This record gives sequence, structure tokens and C-alpha cells, in this order.
Amino acid sequence: METLNPSTATSFEHQQEHSIKLYLLVWFWLFVLSTCSYLVDYFDLHGYTRWSLILLFMIVKAGLIVGVFMHLAWERLALIYAILAPPIAVLVFVGVMSFESYYTFTDRLLYFGAR
Amino acid sequence: MTSETTLKQTEDPVTLQPGWRGFASDWSADRRAFRTASWGKAMMWIFLLSDTFIFSCFLIAYMTVRSSTTDPWPNTSEVFSLQIGGVSVPLLLIAIMTFVLISSSGTMAMAVNFGYRRDRVKSATLMLVTAAFGATFVSMQAFEWTKLIREGVRPWHNPWGAPQFGSSFFMITGFHGTHVTIGVIFLIIMARKVLRGDFDVERPGFFTSRKGRYEIVEIMGLYWHFVDLVWVFIFALFYLW
Repeated sequence: METLNPSTATSFEHQQEHSIKLYLLVWFWLFVLSTCSYLVDYFDLHGYTRWSLILLFMIVKAGLIVGVFMHLAWERLALIYAILAPPIAVLVFVGVMSFESYYTFTDRLLYFGAR
Repeated sequence: MTSETTLKQTEDPVTLQPGWRGFASDWSADRRAFRTASWGKAMMWIFLLSDTFIFSCFLIAYMTVRSSTTDPWPNTSEVFSLQIGGVSVPLLLIAIMTFVLISSSGTMAMAVNFGYRRDRVKSATLMLVTAAFGATFVSMQAFEWTKLIREGVRPWHNPWGAPQFGSSFFMITGFHGTHVTIGVIFLIIMARKVLRGDFDVERPGFFTSRKGRYEIVEIMGLYWHFVDLVWVFIFALFYLW
């Protein structure tokens, strides 16, 4: 348990010193993961292999950037949840619009003579 | 020791609890919820959250038009390929742009680190390097736009299939490019402030009149990393999907 004097409660004083090594490591992994996602296209993978690999590399990269580069991993849970919980609504929106677009698609096929 | 508000002087030292208990006590304290984040940092995070929703809306709109169209979607692998010595390399320019932006994120993280060590010259130099990477990125994007416009891509039409491709492309990459451009401008402004020693003497900002602190470099970094983060999603969902 950590004691905090309110008058020093700016994140400047709270800032932990991170080693340059950690940044270089994350940087290296971002390069590797980007290369991997590029290779997915280069080797022309298709279907579920392609989609799952793209999403996997995307999520890991996003996690590294938000967690380490943006220091979110070292923030209080109060801030972490305030930032990470609202985007769940985005996922709900994705689900809604996914149903909606398939409905539009079938309508176009059935009633608008699209092939 | 910098005190942000006079209120704090009347407060007793608080005990920060870890984990879920800390989460509950922070939010129910009837005081500031973000105990260790300054107002500037908290506001940047909240701004970035709102920006997340904007880009999410663009990407969801793209998903919707792409999966509801009955025309074939243009093959991005071919559309964005480059001819190198007569050989067509798929997505080459986009891959280079991705690496440029990731490199800029790395230099930005270093700049923040040196800022907190009060190493003015290294911090400002790294911020300028970051700005240069950002400007390179925008230039390559301008090249890409020019190439596609010459090939006949318009927001309402393109030679390869679904017309929605053009509108999604210009909207998403255009908005992202605008963010990068704004970031480059602010990086240059902040690098000048760092170099001049504004944050060592707490020189007030011209707009807010608040004392300048090295934390501003970190807040600038949050914005820049966010721009990189958005590109990760655009790269995966628009270019690779």
C-alpha cells in the first residue's frame, strides 16, 4: 500500500522511471508484429487464417502501445477502467451494424436485382 | 513541490489502496477520482477516448458498407502495390508507412523519458525526430492519394468495384492524416518550448497561463501514441482485411 501526499499528487512526482531498455524491447516487438501482419498479405493467406492472424497481431500491438508507450499499465485502476470500459460500447455497435449490413445485403439481392 | 490547487493544502495525506478496493475508494471519494493523474493527463485521456469513438464510427461505417455492397470490394493488396524494377510488391508503401509511424512512436517514448530526466537537448531532438517521421508519413500519404486520384479513385467511383471503397478510403485515411499533421505541428511547438527551457523555469503557457511542466511532453506523447494506435487498426482492418 502506497501513501500519497495530495500536494504531490501530480503524475510528474508519481512518474516511475522506466528504463530505455523496456522501450527498445517494445519497439522491437512492434516491428516484428508489423512485419508478421505484412507477411500475412505477402504470402496471400485467406479466410479465417488471414482474419484471425490480422486481428491477433492488431490486438497485441494495440496492447503494447497503450500499456507501455502510453503508460496505462502503471496508472491506477480508476483511470484504466474509465478508459478501457467505454469502448465495450463500440463492440456492441460493431455487432449491431454487422446484423444490419447483412440484412441490407440480402435485401439488395432479393428485391433490387443485384447479383 | 508543485501544488495544483489550494484545496490540497487542507487535505490530509491520503492512503492509496491497491486493486479493486482502490478503484472503488478512488471513485467514491467525493473528490478527484484520478488520484495520481494530473488534470492535464486525465483530460488528454478523456479526449483520446472521444477520438476513439470517432475513429470507431468511421471503421464501423466502413465495415457496414463493405459487407452490405453487392459489388466486389477492390483488392487492396493490388490497389496499393508498387512497381519496383518491374515487379509488383503488394502493399509496399503502406508497410513502409507503418514502420515509419512505429519508429516515430519509439522516438516519442524516448523523448518523454529524457524529458523526465530533464535532459532538454535530447528530449527536444527526439521530439523533432518524431515530427520528421510524422511529416514523412504525411508526405507518403499525399503520394498515395495522388496516385489513387490519378488512377480514377473518387469518393463515389473507382475502376475496380464497389464505389464505397473511395469514400471509406478518403474519409478514414484523411482524418488520420489530419491527426498526424496536427501532431507534427504541436511536436514542433513543444520541442521549441523544451529547448528554450520553459519547463525548467515553469514559464506559463501562452493560452492557458498555467505553469509549464515536463509532464506536457508526456501528454503530447499520449496524443502521438494514439495516432500510431489508430494506424494499427486502419492498417489491419482497411488495408489487410
